[in-house]
Amino acid sequence: MSTLIETFAAVPATSRLGQALQARAEIFRLSEAAHDAVIVPRDPGGLSHALRAALAARMCRLLGDAALVGHYESYLAHSNDLDVATLAHPGGSSGDVRHDAMARHTDLLTLAPRKATRGDITALKEAGISEADIVRLSELAAFVNYQQRVIAGVRLLKQVATS
Amino acid sequence: MSEAIHQFTATVPTWSPYVTPVDLATATPEQLAAMKVTPSNKGVSPYVLTLAHDPESLEVRSPLFNLIMYGKDGLPSAERELGAVGASIVNRCVYCAAVHASRFIGLTRQTDVIAEIFAAERNARLEPRQQALFDFAAKLSTTPSEVGAADAQALADAGLSELEQLDLVLSAAIFGWANRLMHTLGEPRAD
Repeated sequence: MSTLIETFAAVPATSRLGQALQARAEIFRLSEAAHDAVIVPRDPGGLSHALRAALAARMCRLLGDAALVGHYESYLAHSNDLDVATLAHPGGSSGDVRHDAMARHTDLLTLAPRKATRGDITALKEAGISEADIVRLSELAAFVNYQQRVIAGVRLLKQVATS
Repeated sequence: MSEAIHQFTATVPTWSPYVTPVDLATATPEQLAAMKVTPSNKGVSPYVLTLAHDPESLEVRSPLFNLIMYGKDGLPSAERELGAVGASIVNRCVYCAAVHASRFIGLTRQTDVIAEIFAAERNARLEPRQQALFDFAAKLSTTPSEVGAADAQALADAGLSELEQLDLVLSAAIFGWANRLMHTLGEPRAD
C-alpha cells in the first residue's frame, strides 16, 4: 500500500529516487499515521473531523497544492457537515466564534508562523477554545505544513533526477 | 527572573509554554504512554507535557522526528541539523535554532558557519555544499514556497545522492512542523 505522500509525489519506483523513498518507507508509514492522528483522531476534542478536513483544505489552498486540496475536500464531503464547509476557503468564515478564531490561527501558522506571539494564544483562549484544543489545532496546522513540504520537495527532486 | 529571548543564539535556552502543560500526576494512561513515561523514566520536559494535550499526535510524532533526524545512513547528521536550522531561521523559532545550531557545532566545530547564519539569516554566505543545503531548506520553508528546480539541481551538483536529497527535504519539512509548535505554543527564556 502506497502512502499519501508517495501517491502525491508519484515517483517511479524503479528510479534511484524511488529507491530512496523505499529506503525511507518507515518514515512515510509514520507520516500516514500522523495524518490519521490529526484528521480522524479517535478523540477529536473540540475539533470535529469535518472541521479538521475543512481547515486542512484551507491551508492547502494557501499553500497552492491542488492535489492535497482535493484530498481534504473529499474527507470534508464525506463528513456531510455543511456548517464548516465555508472554512475550507481562505477568507471564509462560519459565524461560529470559536471556529473562525481557529481558522485565523491556521492562516497565521501556515503563512507567517514567525509572526506568532503569546497574544495569538491569548486570543484563542478568549474565543473560548480550551488549552487542549489549542494544542490539537497547532498539531493539525503543523502536520499539514510538513506533509505539503515533503510532497513539494520530492516533486522537485523528481524534476531534476537523472534516472 | 528569566527573560524571553528574541535573538538567535547557539546557547540553548529553556522553553516556557503559553498553555498549561499536562500535569504528570493527573495524566491519562494514553498521555503517559505518548510521553514514554515509565517508572524508571519520569523526566518529562515542559514541551512534551504541553504536547501531551494531544496524545495521538505526540505518540506518532516523536518516533517520526527521531527517524528523520537521527537515522543511520543517508545525509550526514550535521547536514540534517543544517536543514533544521534553515527552516528555523525562516520560521524564527529561536529555541529550535539554538538546539540544532548547537548540535551542528557539536558535530562539526564550525562555529563560524552558525555565526554567519545568525548574522545574515537568509543571506548567509557559506561554502558551496552547505550553501546548497541551507538555501534549499530555507526556501522550502517559506509560504508560498520559494524553492525551485534550480535549487534541487544545486543539491545534485553539490554531490548529494537521491537519498541524501530526500533526507534534506524530510529534515527541513519536519522543522516546518516542529517550529509551528515550539515557536507558537511558547517562548525561549534565559535562566
